[in-house]
Amino acid sequence: MTSLRARLFLILVATTGVIWLAATIWIYLGTKRELEHVLDTRLQEAARMVSSLVRDDGGATGDAIAAAPSANAGGYARQLSCQIWSLGGRLVASSGTAPAERLTEAREGFSDSVVNGETWRVYAIEDEAKGVRVLVGDRLGLRERLVQDLVSGLVVPILLILPLFAGLIWLSIGRGLGPLKQIAADLKGRAPDDLAPVRAEAIDEIRPVTDALNGLFRRLGAAWRHEREITAFAAHELRTPLAGIRTQAQVARAATEPAMRLSALDQIIAGVDRTGRLVSQLLALARLDAGLAEPTAGRVLVGPLLREIDRERLRKDLIVEIDPELDAFAITGASDILRLALRNLHENACGYSPQGGCVRWRRISQRTIAVEDQGPGIPPDELSLVTQRFYRGRGHIQNGSGLGLAIAEAALAHIGGGKVALENNVGGGLRATVSVPVAPGEPGPDDREPIGDRHRGAGP
Amino acid sequence: MRVLIVEDDPILADGLTVGLKLHGISAEVVGSCADGRHALAAGSFDAIVLDIMLPDGSGLDLVDSLRTEGERRPILLLTALDDTRDRIAGLDRGADDYLGKPFDLDELAARLRAIARRGEGRAAATIAVAGLVLDPASHEVAQDGVRLDVTRREFAILRALAERPGTIRSRAELEERLYGWQEDVESNAIEVHIHNLRQKLGRERIETVRGVGYRLRGAP
Repeated sequence: MTSLRARLFLILVATTGVIWLAATIWIYLGTKRELEHVLDTRLQEAARMVSSLVRDDGGATGDAIAAAPSANAGGYARQLSCQIWSLGGRLVASSGTAPAERLTEAREGFSDSVVNGETWRVYAIEDEAKGVRVLVGDRLGLRERLVQDLVSGLVVPILLILPLFAGLIWLSIGRGLGPLKQIAADLKGRAPDDLAPVRAEAIDEIRPVTDALNGLFRRLGAAWRHEREITAFAAHELRTPLAGIRTQAQVARAATEPAMRLSALDQIIAGVDRTGRLVSQLLALARLDAGLAEPTAGRVLVGPLLREIDRERLRKDLIVEIDPELDAFAITGASDILRLALRNLHENACGYSPQGGCVRWRRISQRTIAVEDQGPGIPPDELSLVTQRFYRGRGHIQNGSGLGLAIAEAALAHIGGGKVALENNVGGGLRATVSVPVAPGEPGPDDREPIGDRHRGAGP
Repeated sequence: MRVLIVEDDPILADGLTVGLKLHGISAEVVGSCADGRHALAAGSFDAIVLDIMLPDGSGLDLVDSLRTEGERRPILLLTALDDTRDRIAGLDRGADDYLGKPFDLDELAARLRAIARRGEGRAAATIAVAGLVLDPASHEVAQDGVRLDVTRREFAILRALAERPGTIRSRAELEERLYGWQEDVESNAIEVHIHNLRQKLGRERIETVRGVGYRLRGAP
C-alpha cells in the first residue's frame, strides 16, 4: 500500500470494526445467558403458581391456567404454554397455545424437548398430594428472536454510524498528516538549487525525517559548492591558455616577418598541447571524483609500471633511476588509478628537475616508496598547499596545471587510503613519499617503520 | 606607449608582448605581483595590464595596495573569472577597465590606448599640437593636413614630445619609450630618430635644449 493515509485509515477502521464485533458478540452471549436465566425463572414461577392454584381434586384448573402469565408484551404474545397432567397420564387442562402432545417426558425440573418439530424449554413440577404434574414451557425459537432483536437493536445503529465514523477517521488522519503534506509542498515547489532547510512544525515523529533531509541538503550543498569552485577554477585554468592561443593566433595573422609568424605558430602548438593535457587531467580528476574509475582490484608491480610510465617522458636529458627492489613491490589496487597517481608524481619530479638532473624512485619500507628529484623543492609554507587543486607555487614550472599532485593524492586515496607525503630533502630537491594500504590477507607492515604506519586510520 | 604586463602564463605573456608591439605598444612582462611592484618602481609605464590570479597572490589585492600607495597609472584587469561580481570588485577597487579571457588582441590594444589617454587627461583619440595631429591607433602623423610617413620608433618619440608640448623630454625618457622596440637601444639611436623627424617635420619643430633634452615647438 503506497498511501500512508489509506493505510492508517484501513488499520483504524479494521481495528475499530473488530473491537465493535467483539463487543457485540460479548453483549450477545451475555444477554442470551441473562435472558435464559430470567425466562427460566419465569417458567419456574409460572409452574409454581399454576401448581398452587390447582385444587386438591384437580379442579379449577382453568382458572389456574388462566392465571399463568401470558407475557404478551410486544411481539412476543402467547409465549408461555401450560399443561396439567394427572399422574396417571391424562391431560387435565392446557393453555390455548399449548400443543396437544405432552410437552416433556421429564417428571421434575427443566428440560428441553422437541414437540411437533419445535424445541421447547419446559419446567415440570409434580404435586403428588394433588396427583398432578404441571408443565410450563416456551419455545426456544421465540427466545432466540428476543435475543436477536436485542442485539440487532445494538448493531443497526453501529452500522449506521460506521460510515460517519470512517469519514471522521479519514479527516482526522488527514489533519494528523498535515506536517508531512507541508514538507511535501515545500519540497515540491523548490527550485533545483534551493537547498534551504525544510521548515516543518516541531513534531517528534517527523523530526528525524526533516533532520535527515536537512543533513542531506547540507552535504549536497557542500558538494555543490565544491563542484562549482572546481568548475570555476577549471574555467579559469582553461581560459588563460585559450587567451594565449588566441593572442598568438592574432599575432601570427598580423605578423609582418616570417620568423615572428613561425614563433607564434610554435606557441600556439605549445598552448594547444598544454590545454589538451589540462583537459585530460581535469577528466581524470572528474572520473576519480565521480568514482567512475576502474573498480577492479589487482596486484600491480610498481617497478615495471614505473618503467612503462617513464617511456612517455619528454625530457631526455634527465637520468631516471628505478630501484630494482621495486620490481617485486606489489600494490593492490586498480592499475589505471595507480598509474595515474605514479605518473603524476613522476611528471612532477621530472618537470622540476634541473637540466641533466636525476629522478630516483626508491623502496623505503614494506609499504612505502618514494620519488626524489633534484629540483628546487617547495617552500615550507607552501608544502601543505601544493596538493590543492590548481594551486601553483611561486616557482611553478611553465607547463604545470596545478593539478598533478592533487590528482596523485586523490588517486592514491581512491585505492583504499593510500597517501602521499611531500618533504624537502636536506640536500635539495623534493621527496614525495607514497604509502600504500595493506591488502587484506597480507602481513602488516613492520611496526618499527614509522612511515609505513601512515596508512593506518588514514584516508580523506 | 609603454605598458607593464603582470601575467604568469608564458604563452599569453609572449603573445601580448609581440602582439602589442604590432599595435605600437611596447610591453614589459613580469610573472608575479612582487616582480610587478619592482618593475613599477624602476620603469615608467603609461598603463598596467594585470592578471587576477597570480602565483603569489591576487591581482585585485595588488590593485588595492597600489592605489592605496598613490599609484595613479591606469590599470586594466585581465580576468578569467566569468563572475560579474569579480569584475565589479575589480573596478570598485581601483582598476580602470577589465577584459575577460580569452580576449581580442586589437580590443586590448584599443582599451589600453583609451585608458592611457584618459590617464594623460585627454579625451580625443588623436593628439593635436600646433598643427601636428598624431593618431596613436594608426600611428599616422599629419602636419597642417598633410600626411607624413614616420616609422614606429619615430612615432613613439614624437608622441612622447607631443604629449606635453613645451616641456623638455630628457634623452633617458625618450630612450625608455624605445625600450622594448629593439633589444638594446644604441647610444646614438635618439639622435638618429630626432634627425629623421626634423627632416620630415622641419628642422625648427624639435628644439634641442643643450644638456637637458628635446622640446616640441609650435609651428613657425
